[in-house]
Amino acid sequence: MEVSVERRDGFVVVAPEGDVDLSCARDLQQSLREAMEGSPARVIVDLERVPYMDSSGVATLVEAMQIARKQSTKLVLCAMQDKVRSIFEIARLDRVFTIVQDMEEASTA
Amino acid sequence: MASAGQSTDNGTVPGVDPHVTIELLSQPRYLSGARDLVAAVSKRFGFNDSDCGRISLAVDEALCNVIRHGYDRSPDGRIWVRVWPIEEGGEKPAGICVVIDDEAAQVDPTIIKGRDLDDVRPGGLGVYIMREVMTSVHFERRSGQDMGMRLVMTKLIDDQSEKAARHGS
Repeated sequence: MEVSVERRDGFVVVAPEGDVDLSCARDLQQSLREAMEGSPARVIVDLERVPYMDSSGVATLVEAMQIARKQSTKLVLCAMQDKVRSIFEIARLDRVFTIVQDMEEASTA
Repeated sequence: MASAGQSTDNGTVPGVDPHVTIELLSQPRYLSGARDLVAAVSKRFGFNDSDCGRISLAVDEALCNVIRHGYDRSPDGRIWVRVWPIEEGGEKPAGICVVIDDEAAQVDPTIIKGRDLDDVRPGGLGVYIMREVMTSVHFERRSGQDMGMRLVMTKLIDDQSEKAARHGS
């Protein structure tokens, strides 16, 4: 899995690519912590190129959400594939995160 | 085709040789191969794509728990995943039985529980997910061994009515 972190005007986009499981969840965790540095107004996690995620990956996003809440950063997940959405629904985390369809919506949600 | 029978709901391992066996080291890099194989076998047994994904997710979560908690991330532990079709006399299997064995320290199976979902925090979701997506999940100490736990999971192809009954709806 690769993760890109891009700082744009007023927000940060974190875009992992590949399956997110126990073998690489720490890489995503590190990238999310990096994205949160400086308390940006908004962090968008673009999941368009993540076909699979297990609870290790979900845990990193929950941690990011907790950091975001503490520092008043808006965390938004976007472009979630069905398999990934499924684990959020099973864990009932789809009610906890802000999840939107695409990047355009993520920048305003 | 050998019959796995109906006796797996209480954790009984089928009395015939497994149809598929995977042996892997306790290293996260092998998770993707294990879940891909389990998903492919589930598809052959007749599960739809959604359920194939859920079965492989349950196996992934079980293996993660063995790697993290059983072997404490030591990379040289051994794990065995065995798969059987559940036969009920029809042309196609009625479901799948997956048994996961390890040689890690034994724990009291009754303390292996999923956490309360209202307690939103990182981690602790694996067991909850397994119980949610499979028809039955049973942990036990491996008999006749000083070390090692066994997990027996089943999923029936049409388990929606059973799930509904379990959730009281």
